[in-house]
Amino acid sequence: MEKFKEFKGLVATLDMSNVDTDQIVPKQFLKLIHRTDFGKYLFYHHRYTEDGGPNPDFVLHQPRFNGATILLTRENFGCGSSREHAPWALRDYGFRVLIAPSFADIFKTNCFKTGILPVELDGDTVEQWFKRVDAIPGYEITVDLVNQTLTGIDGFSSSFEVDRFLKHCLVEGLDQISLSLEHEAAIEAYEQTHREPWQASITAPDVGRLQ
Amino acid sequence: MSALLDKIWDEHLVVREAVRPDLLYVDRHLIHEVTSAQAFDGLRSAGRSVRRPDLTFATMDHVAPTDTNRCRPLQDPIAEAQLDALERNCRDFGIELLHMGHPNQGVIHVVAPELGLILPGSTVLCGDSHTSTHGAFGALAFGIGTSEVEHVLATQCIPQAKPKTLAVRVRGTLGSGVASKDLALAIIGRLGAGGGNGHLIEYIGETISGLSMEQRMTLCNMSVECGAKAGLIAPDETTFAYLKGRRYAPQGADFDRAVDYWRTLYSNSDAAYDRELVVDASGLAPHVTWGASPAQVTEIDAAVPDPESLTHEEEREAAVRALEYMGLQPGTPMRDIPVDYVFIGSCTNGRLSDLREAAGIARNRKVARGVTALVVPGSGPVKAQAEAEGLDRVFLDAGFEWREPGCSMCLGMNPDIVPPGKRCASTSNRNFEDRQGRGSRTHLVSPATAAASAITGRLTDPRELE
Repeated sequence: MEKFKEFKGLVATLDMSNVDTDQIVPKQFLKLIHRTDFGKYLFYHHRYTEDGGPNPDFVLHQPRFNGATILLTRENFGCGSSREHAPWALRDYGFRVLIAPSFADIFKTNCFKTGILPVELDGDTVEQWFKRVDAIPGYEITVDLVNQTLTGIDGFSSSFEVDRFLKHCLVEGLDQISLSLEHEAAIEAYEQTHREPWQASITAPDVGRLQ
Repeated sequence: MSALLDKIWDEHLVVREAVRPDLLYVDRHLIHEVTSAQAFDGLRSAGRSVRRPDLTFATMDHVAPTDTNRCRPLQDPIAEAQLDALERNCRDFGIELLHMGHPNQGVIHVVAPELGLILPGSTVLCGDSHTSTHGAFGALAFGIGTSEVEHVLATQCIPQAKPKTLAVRVRGTLGSGVASKDLALAIIGRLGAGGGNGHLIEYIGETISGLSMEQRMTLCNMSVECGAKAGLIAPDETTFAYLKGRRYAPQGADFDRAVDYWRTLYSNSDAAYDRELVVDASGLAPHVTWGASPAQVTEIDAAVPDPESLTHEEEREAAVRALEYMGLQPGTPMRDIPVDYVFIGSCTNGRLSDLREAAGIARNRKVARGVTALVVPGSGPVKAQAEAEGLDRVFLDAGFEWREPGCSMCLGMNPDIVPPGKRCASTSNRNFEDRQGRGSRTHLVSPATAAASAITGRLTDPRELE
């Protein structure tokens, strides 16, 4: 995975709380079996009208947010389903950093796996950032993950907390499966010592074969 | 002072290191067509295999059509490709799969418990947020993303930081006509859409002990709707009785030994929780959502709230937006709101007891003119048992459609869709904008409330029809 140490980008705002994953990427696109090119489906029902034309009223269509790579939003962003298609769509559209007072748990995990940094700040600080982005066209923020700081082009700055391990994985671009497989011997030892009837294999010869 | 979560956690700990989250063993990995294809692709491109196909179990549910003459290939080529990919992946890696035509096929969270795949004290993961359902058995069960599905396929483990705990202590008895769905909605209303973030909810108290397994599954299923990582209920005699004789549960002497172990799975009386919420179930009325989040909920006797009456600015703004989407005016009695569609089914309320409750209301009555009402059993066995009891006749005679198992109208990934602007009383779990179809307007309710609403053509307190 691509390493994430420092990132500077244009900030777009989405002033809504509880933006759910059905809004981020609607379910009709969940039938696709690849994991690339989901950017065109991001916020699909908001970006496009029912006849398929672009919706000029949608906030990301404002010219000043063209090319935005950081999304500033409100609490509980990404609530709802476990679909990883949501961060895939955000990342493919161009977003590398999300800033909000809180994120839904599964969504937050999925972001880290997709190379997106979700930054949680208290509501007042998020409000401060909203005011700046609204007031200053072309507002950019520099995200320093190593030192856990955000710094705006006007010098406004705040620090953030991040899980130490997830930070390490992003900074070093690590594949978590490889990390777990370093423990293959321990996994095998666990399997050898956990063979109670309630830990048994679930394969039965006839299941799934009756057509 | 161990809490149940700690007991399950410790039992599944494979590796604990200072610098990484705990690595936990996964006893049951459930998969379906929507969130697994990219995980298998990842495995292949990394040259990895499935570590324990014998602990992995698959079904087709989200995109499965529910019409009675459904067949493959599906009319939707994209959905067909997804089913095809699941078949190929299960075949290539030796994973058991319930095909669309299999008598046990159905919604993964209905099928797995029904086959006895979910056991107390186990860890259960699935690329689906409603995996929280299985906490009803005293299992640590939660939804994961596709990258984590790939991780579990490759390692049979999940790196995980232990969630905080929220005890929801419920006392009092649910009244007649009031379901565990109503209790779940009431709790979500109290906690808010993100109120459970970062927490596992353990439901405790005499009310919970008195719930059937199916009622417990509904309650745990909805836990994720307030953002909780999982729901959890300590196993007890009700749990053991449910599991006895089920296909994948331990049998004979093994079962007795398992029960001896399962009896140790409870939170000790001095267990500490990070938070606690006390809920009185007595006097609780049927609940119905008015907005576009499960937390935007009220009692059936209440009126659509005035956003101005809400405390926080964000809540007010969300309410204004939701009412506009829902086409509702503040002050309108919920019971005056007409419905066009009724959906009874899903991993929340697609089990036999749900259908019995709905049929109890529908019996010898007719669906109101202009209302399209669907009953979608959660699985083949639910359908077969309901038919053996004659419930299909009750529904069909009343004018409901009686369909094949699948996720159906819960999320509109299949042909069952609520048209734009139409209003649906739904026993599913999410009333998000556009979820049941673009422009659809969803009111989440219990099976009894859904059936009563189908009969009258407006949101209705099922106690009126008892």
